[in-house]
Amino acid sequence: MIFIIAQKELRVLFGSPLAWILLALVQLVLTWVFVAHLDTFLQIQPQLVKIVNPPGITEAIIAPVFAMAAIVLLMATPLLTARLVAEERRNHTMTFLISAPISMTDIVLGKFLSLMIFFSAVIALIVALSISLLVGGTLDFGLLLSNVAGLFLISACFASLGLYISCISAHPGTAAAGTLGALLVFWVIDIAAGDDKDGITRNFALLGHYENFNRGVIDTFDLTYFSLFVLVFLVLSVRRLDGERLRG
Amino acid sequence: MTEQSASFTLSVCGLCRYFGTRVAVHEINLELKRGEVLGLLGPNGAGKTTLMRMLTGNLAPSAGSIEICGIDLLDKPREAKARIGYLPEIPPLYRELTVDEYLQFAARLHRVSNEKIHFMVNKVVQRCGLNDTGKRLIGSLSKGYQQRVGIAQAIIHDPDIIILDEPTVGLDPNQMREIRTLIRELGTEHSVIFSTHILAEVESVCDRVQIMHEGRTVFSDSVGGPKQNDLSLEEVFVRFTVDTENSGSF
Repeated sequence: MIFIIAQKELRVLFGSPLAWILLALVQLVLTWVFVAHLDTFLQIQPQLVKIVNPPGITEAIIAPVFAMAAIVLLMATPLLTARLVAEERRNHTMTFLISAPISMTDIVLGKFLSLMIFFSAVIALIVALSISLLVGGTLDFGLLLSNVAGLFLISACFASLGLYISCISAHPGTAAAGTLGALLVFWVIDIAAGDDKDGITRNFALLGHYENFNRGVIDTFDLTYFSLFVLVFLVLSVRRLDGERLRG
Repeated sequence: MTEQSASFTLSVCGLCRYFGTRVAVHEINLELKRGEVLGLLGPNGAGKTTLMRMLTGNLAPSAGSIEICGIDLLDKPREAKARIGYLPEIPPLYRELTVDEYLQFAARLHRVSNEKIHFMVNKVVQRCGLNDTGKRLIGSLSKGYQQRVGIAQAIIHDPDIIILDEPTVGLDPNQMREIRTLIRELGTEHSVIFSTHILAEVESVCDRVQIMHEGRTVFSDSVGGPKQNDLSLEEVFVRFTVDTENSGSF
């Protein structure tokens, strides 16, 4: 059932220009960043050879591209998540899903899955971009993998938060604005912590946890944080939709 | 008890729904046999839509029980919902899908097995007169065709009970006649509940009629019932829904 919902979401998503425009823009921005870093790397390469243990191309080019990708996805997520539930409600199609013999959990997970498939496509394109470097050198696949895992997890967080905000909004526009606002708060929340590494706000910051993956460190604390984040907002979404049935 | 409830496709007992202190539906009892068409009448705001939303699992009742073919809707929502087809007041259509895509999605969602999907889609397309529209986007169809797609999605899984909320609103007289014929056809093998404001529609299509007013059932009889007492359905409707309104608001 989850797959049937996801399939329909993807059909609607890729049937509209939105998905294609987003894919193209994300790729354009990231390729631009990629080329800029490649250029810088080629310029400073003669100096790098002189130092002991110099940063490789994965560290110097791919890691910054992935760091940028997280920010680009943060901006793109509200556009994708806003319509998920708010639009169904507006078009009166939510009744259609609720009347069908499926549970709210199926509906929420199906919609979440469709987003994750879309994000996987974005990530696959970035990986393709990185692998093109194999033409002129070797890659640190461990670091690449850690970046891919990190980007996948952080986009799952974006998606679940966006989905929840779409569940509580009556209008897709409100949902988009709300999601963007909430994601930005999670982005800048660690600024308040300043240089204090143990500040509590730092522990709540999404991008703070992503930075570890970006450096190639896979920490169980980060893994737990991301999993809990996704779980909490998916459960809240299901509860919210169930609550609507009760309250009317 | 099970034997008795098995002969009814739908049995509703003491159904209530309150929105805060406002009573939307109060103590509704309803029983429906296979092959029976029930017309639900009532002024606007009488609670018809609320009742239908509860019957289809879109709204939780405040009190009372709903049994679909002997299965409790609240205990086993999935099994019960699989036996209901519902067309809400505004047809729930995805404008960006084609008619075929939409009907296939509806069939999968209602657990129609993969081998049967093609057959069922063809069947409802024939039945609802949707030939030649399969490849068109739903958004580009006229109101009448959209309504037909709405009915098509409600019957795609061959449900025991079909619930239609004002299916003929906004249609031209020819389309209304077609939809009525369709409802009558459906009524031979399924149980059908539909709400309307057109009394003639009830007289021509229904076996039984139930009039709701302020959330309560105020009249329930076979369609021939009022005629035996030399009353038209309109007189019955006015008598049961105007008197209380006058005393209440004037």
